[in-house]
Amino acid sequence: MTEWRDQIFEVLQDHDIKQVYHVPDAGHARVIELCQKSNSIRTLALTTEEEGIPLAAGAWLGGQRSALLMQSSGVGNTINLMGMTKTLRFPFLTLITMRGEPGEFNSWQYPMGQGTPKVLEAMGVLVMSVDKAEDVKQTVDHAARSAFNGGQAVAVLLRQKLIGIKNFGKSK
Amino acid sequence: MSTAKPTLQRRPLVKKILEGADDNLLVIAGLGSSNWDITAAGDRPLNMPLWGSMGATVSMGLGLALAQPSKRVLVITGDADLMMTLGALATVAAQSPDNLAICVLDNEKYGETGNQASHTSPRNNGPTDSGSGADLAMVAKGCGFADTGTVRDQADVAQLVKDLRTRKGPVFRLVKVMVEKLEFVMPPQDGAHLKDRFRQALLGSA
Repeated sequence: MTEWRDQIFEVLQDHDIKQVYHVPDAGHARVIELCQKSNSIRTLALTTEEEGIPLAAGAWLGGQRSALLMQSSGVGNTINLMGMTKTLRFPFLTLITMRGEPGEFNSWQYPMGQGTPKVLEAMGVLVMSVDKAEDVKQTVDHAARSAFNGGQAVAVLLRQKLIGIKNFGKSK
Repeated sequence: MSTAKPTLQRRPLVKKILEGADDNLLVIAGLGSSNWDITAAGDRPLNMPLWGSMGATVSMGLGLALAQPSKRVLVITGDADLMMTLGALATVAAQSPDNLAICVLDNEKYGETGNQASHTSPRNNGPTDSGSGADLAMVAKGCGFADTGTVRDQADVAQLVKDLRTRKGPVFRLVKVMVEKLEFVMPPQDGAHLKDRFRQALLGSA
């Protein structure tokens, strides 16, 4: 089912987001592809999620809105520079596909997955969460409003329950 | 790679680079010496001098250059700041904004922490002062920059200024500069203020 993923793209468009940053990610793949094909959004593939924070700051300096799409494992790469959202006080929106939650197959995903909400909160990021397809559109829309109208740094956690558990080719 | 000691002085060099800066020139400077350098040349609202966020400078310049394609965006930073996020150069090259120029002032040291060797210092330079001899212009080239160069001599400064200010980007210039003890010339520190005054000057509202 791709419907909620299409809705995320629509919300990004509705909020006039002009730059979208990402590291390739299965959970975000559909949204990334829609952004790449869009005429109104510039899509930037990053070498590390860390680049996304100063990119967003630079875009805002120049009058453009942006969003960073990443996986929970990438959140740790951003934490020092995430402080820029506080020192510069600029609107920041990130959508995070979660790994390392109950049911996760890969033990290497647990530490950062479990740490993700805590480290984001420690850096002053407003953390929202969604685990049902029918709530995605409204949650992302509220997050974008808090960011671009309310001037906050906001993260939406797209829970593993929503995305589905990666099974590495095993049926159970 | 030349091992001759650098002779260029960063302060007069940066002053020359920024001479006659108007509303079409947007400048982002990395933390530490580059920040003090652009401020010594004359603080202005369209300067965004960083006081921290090491490794952020090039990416910030890219986000700004893409948002403001009709303005010239100039990133001025140091070797160690760039070394922290080399991948950002590949991201710039992939986007290839024609209005972005990057000037790296390479003194082969971490100036703010006591002039310890950075990775651009020569490899066999004694137990406390060795780096890897990293050549950041070659790194930029390897990351996909079509236009890179290294400047060491006063005779090449006029061309450097021209390239940074007007040449079709993305432009990457590495400038080997002396290690010097210089006065701190500080811009306002508050990040939100620096951002707001920049946006006010550029967009008409913060």
